Amino acid sequence: MLSKKQAKLFFLGGTAFFMVIFFGLSIHSLTVGIPENTNADQLNEEILLGRKLWDQNNCMGCHTLMGEGAYYAPELTRVYDRKGPDYIRTVLNTKTGWGPRGRMMVGYDFTQEEVEGLVAFFEWMNNTDLNGFPPEPSLSK
Amino acid sequence: MKFESQKIAYHFFALSMLLLVLQIIYGFIMGFAHMGYDVFHEWIPFNTAVTTHKNLLVVWILSGFMGAAYYIIPDESDHPLFSTGLAKLQFWSFAIVGVIAVAGFHVGWWEGRKFLEIPRPLDWLVAANVILFLVIILMTLIKGKQQTTTSWVLTMGLVFAALLYLPGMVYFDNISVDSFFRWWVVHLWVEGVWELIMGGILAYLLIKLTGVDREVIEKWLYVVVGLTFLSGILGTGHHYYYTGGPSYWLMIGGIFSALEPLAFLGMTVFAITMYRKGNKRHPNKLALFWTLSTAIVSFLGAGLLGLAHTLPPVNLYTHGTLVTAMHGHLAFWGAYASLVLAIMSYAMPLMTGRKIFDNRMGNLAFWCSNIGMFAMTTAFAAAGVAQVYLERIAGFEFMVAAEETKPHFFVLILAATLFTVGIGMFISNFLKFGLPNDEALGTENEFKPLQAS
Repeated sequence: MLSKKQAKLFFLGGTAFFMVIFFGLSIHSLTVGIPENTNADQLNEEILLGRKLWDQNNCMGCHTLMGEGAYYAPELTRVYDRKGPDYIRTVLNTKTGWGPRGRMMVGYDFTQEEVEGLVAFFEWMNNTDLNGFPPEPSLSK
Repeated sequence: MKFESQKIAYHFFALSMLLLVLQIIYGFIMGFAHMGYDVFHEWIPFNTAVTTHKNLLVVWILSGFMGAAYYIIPDESDHPLFSTGLAKLQFWSFAIVGVIAVAGFHVGWWEGRKFLEIPRPLDWLVAANVILFLVIILMTLIKGKQQTTTSWVLTMGLVFAALLYLPGMVYFDNISVDSFFRWWVVHLWVEGVWELIMGGILAYLLIKLTGVDREVIEKWLYVVVGLTFLSGILGTGHHYYYTGGPSYWLMIGGIFSALEPLAFLGMTVFAITMYRKGNKRHPNKLALFWTLSTAIVSFLGAGLLGLAHTLPPVNLYTHGTLVTAMHGHLAFWGAYASLVLAIMSYAMPLMTGRKIFDNRMGNLAFWCSNIGMFAMTTAFAAAGVAQVYLERIAGFEFMVAAEETKPHFFVLILAATLFTVGIGMFISNFLKFGLPNDEALGTENEFKPLQAS
């Protein structure tokens, strides 16, 4: 029968073993995998301005990006392809708040530079490799 | 209670209840908004409501954990709390930081990072507060006459929860890297170190309520928390499938996520076995109900419903949909909310001397809140599956799918009303206890003959 000491060893040994593997994979993901998949070398001031605005305005509080966020407004990972830059500009320039089908977006008073920053951010996001996400709708093929 | 200083736990439990009520109010605002009645949009837009709802959850659960630690550690260590004055300071600073954070969300002082929206300057105050809390707990433990496995597991859970907050405070230009570290905090909390806290509190409750020998309970506690880390650490990979991580996370995250329910199943088997082995003579049936429901519902919500959408081919379609909300609600309710209600149900009679162990109000609170939450989960499941089919499989626009899910939010609101009635009755019972008082010192001695050690 398992003793308390053996149970403790199982807990401590198992935790240490899997932590080492996790740290190893994390280092690889952070130094090789993510930079390659997200074209990190292309990040520039304009994209970073968009990223900053994304955070500052808590866009994730309604939308999802890379599938992460809230589920009140559309997924935006591939919005650059799906809707195009002009549509994005129109939405962002609607000072009273975009309101499709009665669901209201907060109205923002972005400058032109900020709008372009967000468009550049969505274009960068559009080109990331996310292992097939979001999926192509199978019935619409 | 053994020591007067344990009374500080009451402050944290009361704060927990207050924040839970607020969390529910914001939940209703969001539910109505999903139905098309976003009537507070001008003052509380959806992103404010969602951020407030989620952060209130984290803060009230943490407040419950802190209260639990302030009650359990002196009892287990057989030593009064290191400093009641510092504990009071820690409570009030914790409450004030919480109020500032919530108020800040309403004026746009936040970061758009799910679950970690508290802005960085405030993060430092949170960190200082948690360090103070840990100093009090660790000093009590070290000065104590005995250091039990239960108290160490609980304390280590709290220490690592604090350490894991740190990666979330660093800014990264690449949003994918930011997300990578965000899950170090959130996943390794809820599917890692918080389970240490959960295991510690459950073990304490089982020792007290079932009368099974401490050595037996603590041995299995090691096995359960061992299973948690065995699966949970690499299980973090399920957050890296589609957020810019390399493709090997699909396989590694898939395998270890599929193992994660084992830890929760272990928790269920652990609690039920100990209950069956026990003498079943402790009169506090409400605490026992909540203890067992924590062990069972955490397996259903966190374990089974997590497994339902964690495998990569399924998650490709469900990731970023209301299916996640389905899993999230029952998981948090089962694993952590019920746990806080369990320790409160156990500690309150011993802190106040009022023997509310098995009253009608308490029983109704238990059943209404649990049935209400199961019904809410079902409504989220229906909405989530509908969304997946309409948007991800049939290719309809997001808002077309959203229109179709409105009836499910009506059901959600009905279910949430039942849940709220249950929580209202729990709070009514909580208020009936009154304030902790010195006359309650030593009340647990009466139950000592029911416990093996």
